[in-house]
Amino acid sequence: MTDLLTPVLCENWGTEKSWKLSAYLLSGGFSAAKKALKLAPADVVGIVKDAGLRGRGGAGFPTGLKWSFVPQDNPNPKYLVVNADESEPGTCKDMPLLLASPHTLLEGIVISSYAINCHTAFVYVRGEVVHVARRLQAAVAELHEAGWLGKNIQGSGFDLDIVIHSGAGAYICGEETALLDSLEGRRGQPRLRPPFPAVAGLYASPTVINNVESISTVPSIIKNGAEWFAGMGTEKSNGFTFYSLSGHVKRPGQFEAPLGITFRQLLELSGGMRDSHELKFWTPGGSSTPILTPEHLDVPLDYEGMASVGSMLGTKAMQVFDETTSVVRTTLRWSEFYKHESCGKCTPCREGTWWLVQLLRRLEAGEGQEGDVDKLLAVTEDINGLSFCALAGGAVACVTSAVRHFRPEFELGYTTPAWESFPYERSAVFIKDRPDGQSEGGRV
Amino acid sequence: MSDIVASDLVTLTIDGIEVSVPKGTTIIRAAESIGIAIPRFCDHPLLDPRGSCRQCLVEIPDAGNGRGFPVPQTSCTMPVAPGMVVQTAASSEKAKRAQNGIMELLLINHPLDCPICDKGGECPLQNQALLAGRGESRFDAKKRRFPKPTSINGQLLLDRERCVLCARCTRFAQEIADDPYIALVERGALQQVGRVGEGPLRSYYLGNVVQICPVGAFTAKSYRFESRPFDLVSTDTTCEHCASGCSLRVDRRHGTVRRRLAGNNPSVNEEWNCDKGRFCFVYGRGADRLTHPLIRENGSLRPASWPEALAAAAAGLSKAEKSVGVLTGGRLTTENAYAYSKFARAVLGTNSIDFRSRPFSVEETDFLAAEVAGKEVGVSYGDLENASQVVLVGIEPEDESPMILLRLIKAVRKRGLKVVLVDFINTYGSKKLKARWIQCRPGEEAKALAQVELDEKSVILVGERAALSAGTLSAVAKLSAEAGASWAWIPRRAGDFGAVQAGCLPNVLPGGRPVTQSAARVDVAAAWEVDSLPGEIGLDAAAILAAAAEGDLAALVTAGIDPRDFADSHIARAALEQAFVVSLEPRLSQAASLADVVLPVALIEEQSGSFLNWEGRQSVVNQVVKGSVPSDLRVLSALADELGSPLGLKDAAAAAAELGELGVWEGSRAALSAVGEKQPGEGLILGSWRELFDAGSGADGEESLQTESFYPTAVMNPKTAAGHGFENGDRLVVSGPRGSITVPLLVYPDIVEDVIWASFNARGLPSHGEIGVVIGEPVNVGKEEAKV
Amino acid sequence: MSGKEFQTYFPHSGRIDEANTSTEIDEKTIAELEEIVARYPQPRSAVLPMLHLVQSVDGRVSPRGLEVIAELAGITPAQVSGVATFYTMYRKHPAGKHHIGICVTALCAVMGGDILYDKVSEHLGVGDGETTADGSFSLERIECNAACDFAPVMMVNWEFLDNMTPEKATQILDDLAVGRPVKPNRGATLTSFKENERVLAGFNDGRADEGVSAGEPSLLGLSIAKERGWAAPKPGAAPKEEAPEAKEGSGK
Repeated sequence: MTDLLTPVLCENWGTEKSWKLSAYLLSGGFSAAKKALKLAPADVVGIVKDAGLRGRGGAGFPTGLKWSFVPQDNPNPKYLVVNADESEPGTCKDMPLLLASPHTLLEGIVISSYAINCHTAFVYVRGEVVHVARRLQAAVAELHEAGWLGKNIQGSGFDLDIVIHSGAGAYICGEETALLDSLEGRRGQPRLRPPFPAVAGLYASPTVINNVESISTVPSIIKNGAEWFAGMGTEKSNGFTFYSLSGHVKRPGQFEAPLGITFRQLLELSGGMRDSHELKFWTPGGSSTPILTPEHLDVPLDYEGMASVGSMLGTKAMQVFDETTSVVRTTLRWSEFYKHESCGKCTPCREGTWWLVQLLRRLEAGEGQEGDVDKLLAVTEDINGLSFCALAGGAVACVTSAVRHFRPEFELGYTTPAWESFPYERSAVFIKDRPDGQSEGGRV
Repeated sequence: MSDIVASDLVTLTIDGIEVSVPKGTTIIRAAESIGIAIPRFCDHPLLDPRGSCRQCLVEIPDAGNGRGFPVPQTSCTMPVAPGMVVQTAASSEKAKRAQNGIMELLLINHPLDCPICDKGGECPLQNQALLAGRGESRFDAKKRRFPKPTSINGQLLLDRERCVLCARCTRFAQEIADDPYIALVERGALQQVGRVGEGPLRSYYLGNVVQICPVGAFTAKSYRFESRPFDLVSTDTTCEHCASGCSLRVDRRHGTVRRRLAGNNPSVNEEWNCDKGRFCFVYGRGADRLTHPLIRENGSLRPASWPEALAAAAAGLSKAEKSVGVLTGGRLTTENAYAYSKFARAVLGTNSIDFRSRPFSVEETDFLAAEVAGKEVGVSYGDLENASQVVLVGIEPEDESPMILLRLIKAVRKRGLKVVLVDFINTYGSKKLKARWIQCRPGEEAKALAQVELDEKSVILVGERAALSAGTLSAVAKLSAEAGASWAWIPRRAGDFGAVQAGCLPNVLPGGRPVTQSAARVDVAAAWEVDSLPGEIGLDAAAILAAAAEGDLAALVTAGIDPRDFADSHIARAALEQAFVVSLEPRLSQAASLADVVLPVALIEEQSGSFLNWEGRQSVVNQVVKGSVPSDLRVLSALADELGSPLGLKDAAAAAAELGELGVWEGSRAALSAVGEKQPGEGLILGSWRELFDAGSGADGEESLQTESFYPTAVMNPKTAAGHGFENGDRLVVSGPRGSITVPLLVYPDIVEDVIWASFNARGLPSHGEIGVVIGEPVNVGKEEAKV
Repeated sequence: MSGKEFQTYFPHSGRIDEANTSTEIDEKTIAELEEIVARYPQPRSAVLPMLHLVQSVDGRVSPRGLEVIAELAGITPAQVSGVATFYTMYRKHPAGKHHIGICVTALCAVMGGDILYDKVSEHLGVGDGETTADGSFSLERIECNAACDFAPVMMVNWEFLDNMTPEKATQILDDLAVGRPVKPNRGATLTSFKENERVLAGFNDGRADEGVSAGEPSLLGLSIAKERGWAAPKPGAAPKEEAPEAKEGSGK
């Protein structure tokens, strides 16, 4: 039986200067890449396929299958683009991984590039985290020095360069085709599909776009085998992944566990809710996944489990809110996020979020009018499924699920401001510093 | 459709109706083909699909594979599939609800200012809101607001509040004109169309965005608050500004043209035109418009009655006997040109007629007679798209035939057409075509052209200035004949091609008949019911002017000419001063003001007829408004009557019929003799062409667009500039034997060494003819003396 | 209580500040911009990092910057403007020496981000998008910065200042104001907005080795696993039969 937590990617995060190549090599780094370079590229694809690794960026598309779509007879160069534009509210796993162990990703890139015959790979990293860019850039330089990048890496005959590309503030660039447009120096707006990136992506060439965590998982699969990976998790959701807990829990943080762990188990590991407070609602995978309530504590956190309760696994980012929290306020703030991040390309998202925010604002202020909650739902219906990309779907998911679970609280907005029903200062958690400058683990 | 075989057809069902369309067709187009209209904003048949407004959502219960889509799909992006089942709002509640919803969302931030919006009454948003929208909006929150219209260029106003962000305008700018000077800026609810900086934008095409904007976001200053669409009367006609041959829709109200739109003509201009064609239509409204004849008395012109003026003209021409030259210019319809051709031969008894009011060569005269007059053009717009390569020789399509550039951009973009440029400069326009540039100095084009490998699907386009590069026109004909390639001569003015066919040349009669062949003359004489026609080649335009200036030619009959345009403007002016001149002009032009008798004639918008564009395609000119003066043809008829030798042409239709009946010459022609190349002179050589917006009188009165023209400049390559001690921005004095122009220098890498490009005919500056140089000749260049 | 008013009128949108033509872009900058272009298969790909470099020089996207980038990328200034105004990190007006971002997305807002923002705004005397008169600080309401387990989050020059409190924040601002060194929780000692923009343009400042590997929350699962002796199975060990406990019905 597999243990409740299975640290693999984070295993070396606590080591001295874990971000350095020397430290990474000491913890067994690049043994997987060495192994992969001796295999035929198609065999590497095969192993990842057999492992059943599914994309960890939210959509859960099988990674090996994605790779196998790259037409190798296409005369254009093939590209690998790593999506490190982590911006989904609640999601906070890729940035710590890249800070602590950028080489895990880079080793994954070496292997994945080899598998798809790519000689220039890009890491599109969100711009608002300078230190991550610094560490990635330095790590790439170390690899060039060490002969793991450049021409004929490690004498394998395989050439590879990695470009670290900093974004500039746009959630939508997490959408893979918007990311490609952005990487081409354009406005990050999603592209029509088809053609799919695997056929005509970056510079209209075959391109694979994978999340940081997906590519970072590849070395462990190559090193330990597909069976090892598939041996963890549930029937259709193989392997381990990061679960991120934030919000009103005693100890927020990252948990690397096999797929299928439950929220109850994770909540226990994080010490439960802050003292004298109880769980009100939570997101399973970022703000784009429909919110859940205490009744969903025991649903397995895998693709199928979440689908069974009308939500999604998403990025496995659990934002946890206790009973002090106004769900109207929270929903409004998510809607404001989507309005702020809507790229503007399509009508439902651009105009719909404009409307939703105004409706929610008056409900928050207790100035809602009779029928506003139904109107809110009606507007979501005019957005949902009709937009160009999935962003708008996320924008309405939080609204519809919140109304589904907490309709009376929204209707309270016809008469009473949310800050009166739920005084906002009661939700705030400011923790004191310990004398050593570190934050206290426990919370008020 | 004819070359589509059955296996390329896909059969699907839309709203229960089975339809077969070519593979790759989008659902929205397939629906259109059976008369089912699906509302849309971002979709435009000539722009790449975008799928962003989401208005065209349809339900697809079966994608052709037995499975349906769970949510409505955009019919503008989805290609048809065999067996697909589509339900539009007409048959699907789901599609209808989706369309209703999108419409409501489009309207929440749209101002309710239809009553004061120029688009009101012809607005796709307004129309489709009535068809696909709810009666009442549920939106009771705050609308997004921007400052009211901002000026985008001399003509365009942008009202961002009205914009539905369909991006047709920015896609037009990018995909069709490759002038991405407007772009989507900001994002989300703030997304808007924007530009950078102020002042003119370097584009001749952006006026099209007013027409394709599906709301009133883009409006034109010249049409602002001018009319309501339902108060306008529309006439289809053809643009008079160049030989592209664009179809136009001209809208008038109260007898005045209010605006012009690009006509829909897939084989010529598709649905586009240039800003000159769109906005330059007020040139006839100035104080110089002639409404009655003038005759010279005691040195100055005075109003006269028609009988008096015709008598005076006839007297002068009779006195000159056959010592008359006829200069017709480029503004004439084919019918009017034919009338001049017939008038010269049958009434005046001379072959001294020439339409070319520009520098030219004897080689060109022979070339036009041997290769153009009475011959089919082997190239069409469609052929440009399907060519293996297009070779541009001595032509800048953006300035000289703007629709050719658009067609080439399309072919380059859609199917990677190879373009070869044989020229002394690789301009911004040529760069849009990613052309391979074969560099040569002006005059060396023939030699450079020989380096191009031609095949049967190659097309050579050769412009009017090739006439000045000895050997080039004959090389085009010879090299393409050898390779089996096609070529086309691209004249610049709307009337040029028709003038060649009508015989407005000293060496050919209508239909390409050589004047020196008696069989040809007999043909025409019989048709014209005259005893005989002059059998000697007449004087060409330059010779006419020279002879008149010297007093060797007694009289001139002139139509649309301007002394500025000729190789030597001083000789032209002297000729007009010296000879007895009868000038037929709509306006008191410089030529008319030097005439002895001025006979007013109708504007193009006041008459009917046709033009032949560079393809040789006939396009109809319809009368749009009523004028008070007759056409050239009618005036010539009256003058012929006065001369006692009737022209026999009742109206334009009669002229067209007679020209048609004459047909083309099938007999032998003088072979085009190979012309040797002339070495360009030493020193700094002049290269240039006429820009679209220059001093040409067709743009008179459209002040807004004068600011859009490219600034008058001189252009030199960095090495040449440095060699002369010039720097970018220096004001240079470019001089020829008779004068100079002072213009700022643009140092530009892609122009060959020791060549200077200088504005040919910039507004407010002397023309090359006035300076006394033609391209290929050396000029003197110095820095302007600093003013104290 | 949800921060700023709902804005509906946008008089100054659509352009960078073209009236302010000042620039420090020189030959060296242009050489570095060319260096960025050389990193990519196609020059236009360099637009984002070039804009970062322009900000590292001019503190904002300057008209000169727009022009130079357009030239090097082979596109029009309008197209560069389309890009520069799309991304929130590109500024129309100069940033302060230090650029302060307070996360106000739902979770941080609820956890105290709103209170924090109000306090910092009051302390600096500027609002969203504004810069202090002395040019020391600019303030921005930012959206989720991928550090939710450290909420509420403040960013200074896009370095993490985790688990922020109003008291800590004001102290940090005061320290920065007088030039006292401030270390972010996970990152390199704070320098300036401009210097960090240089890093984002791809010019590493050699300070990757500053700071910690990971914050405490990042290591939480790992430390619990270590405490309890939990680990991923060894390769070749028995495959999953019963996956983690309490997983009835969904395991194999």
